[in-house]
Amino acid sequence: MGFLKNVFGRSEPPKANLDALFAVPNAALTLEVAAGFTATGVASVCYREAEGGAFATAQRDVQELLDADGGPKIERSTDEFGFTWLVCRHDPSELSDLVTEVHAVNSTLENAGFGPSLLCSVVAFQDAAHRSLALVYLYKQGTFYPFAPQGADKRDNALEIQARGILEGEIPLEAELGRWMALWGAPGL
Amino acid sequence: MARTRFRSDAGLVARMSTVMLLLGALYVTVFVALAVFTNLSGPFVLFLAAAFGLGQWYFSDRLSMAAMRAREVSPEEAPELHGMIDRLCVLADMPKPRVAIADTDIPNAFATGRSPSHSVVCVTTGVMRRLDRDELEGVLSHELSHVAHRDVTVMTIAGFLGVAAGLVMRWGMYFGGGRRDGNSVPFIVIWLGSILVYLISFLLTRVLSRYRELSADRSGAYLTGKPSALASALTKISGDMARIPTRDLRQVEGASAFLFAPAINRQSISALFATHPPLESRLDQLAKISADLSRPSA
Repeated sequence: MGFLKNVFGRSEPPKANLDALFAVPNAALTLEVAAGFTATGVASVCYREAEGGAFATAQRDVQELLDADGGPKIERSTDEFGFTWLVCRHDPSELSDLVTEVHAVNSTLENAGFGPSLLCSVVAFQDAAHRSLALVYLYKQGTFYPFAPQGADKRDNALEIQARGILEGEIPLEAELGRWMALWGAPGL
Repeated sequence: MARTRFRSDAGLVARMSTVMLLLGALYVTVFVALAVFTNLSGPFVLFLAAAFGLGQWYFSDRLSMAAMRAREVSPEEAPELHGMIDRLCVLADMPKPRVAIADTDIPNAFATGRSPSHSVVCVTTGVMRRLDRDELEGVLSHELSHVAHRDVTVMTIAGFLGVAAGLVMRWGMYFGGGRRDGNSVPFIVIWLGSILVYLISFLLTRVLSRYRELSADRSGAYLTGKPSALASALTKISGDMARIPTRDLRQVEGASAFLFAPAINRQSISALFATHPPLESRLDQLAKISADLSRPSA
């Protein structure tokens, strides 16, 4: 099928793969024990907003669904590349609730047919020295990678490699280092 | 569900397969003719044509970059461009191509390379200056679709026939009549025949190229979810194109098949020979995709 799609130039946007998200709470425990990083209770979902009414409806559904539980409101912002970020906040101790919420955002968008628009989800961590570390989930690959921003446009590669070693076997990690995309200014980091 | 949103366009596929079928038939005809009309040079001609085609395909990234005087840029030199392509590649789940910038005011972009992992996406400084963020992203997603569809390979195979026919023509001129004494085909027949073959294959390649462009528009628009941004980029580029003086055109013509909007004055060349579909049909298709995205989901 892939060959025919090439021949006819009819590639479809790849679909998102959401299941691995639920492995995050376990990985967080390992991260805390091995490196002293704890979840900050902030997670965000990044996606490409499509034009047209259908997407606007899906986006409104997501916000209504998540604001209905009486918790902190979902924040929405747009970054300099035109991608939209939805930020969920929870108590740091309720990491599994946070992950469930992130999953809900994703599955709502996916069910509305916008799975191809999802870019990544980010769960933020911090250690006692206030170093930031994010676990980024890439939907299209179904893999995670660590992202450790250091100031405005530097990343702590040593910490990222260390985190990869710690998380090996806990969650599927992105093997292709070229896909460890920098997410400067991601909300919540 | 995602499947139903991206309905396939059966008409475009049907027309594309017809063209490819005709091209294939013509290809076979040429080599059957070669085998019939020659006795020893056939394999050599084939070898030459294949070597030429292979070389062109294998070095396509370097050749086009040299033709456009493009320079590869690192993430540090062009952070916004790289960031944009990074994200589009993650969205499309494809390896990231190299990124190049051509320092020319002609607003254009092209993608080339033998495989998705050996590809270059190149934009001119002119296109970056004229387009805003969403429009540039639309143009880049169009080019990334070319990479994903392996359009360089497809068009090289299609263009191979033209090269082969050209070699037949040359062979006919050098060794034509008189080789097989009694029953040889007159030189003029081989010659006219190969010209005809070349002309037909040329036209068919152009038709195929126009369909590939529509396909890239479509995939690109679905990737970013913003067909209107791509449409507005097309309008800006094509509007600007009309103002380019004719003497500049010759130097870009060689790369024209892989350019985003060809730098050829539409008035001066008939639609039959165009490598790109007319602006109206591209805008038309994008308008349909936009309407499709606005349909309320079930």
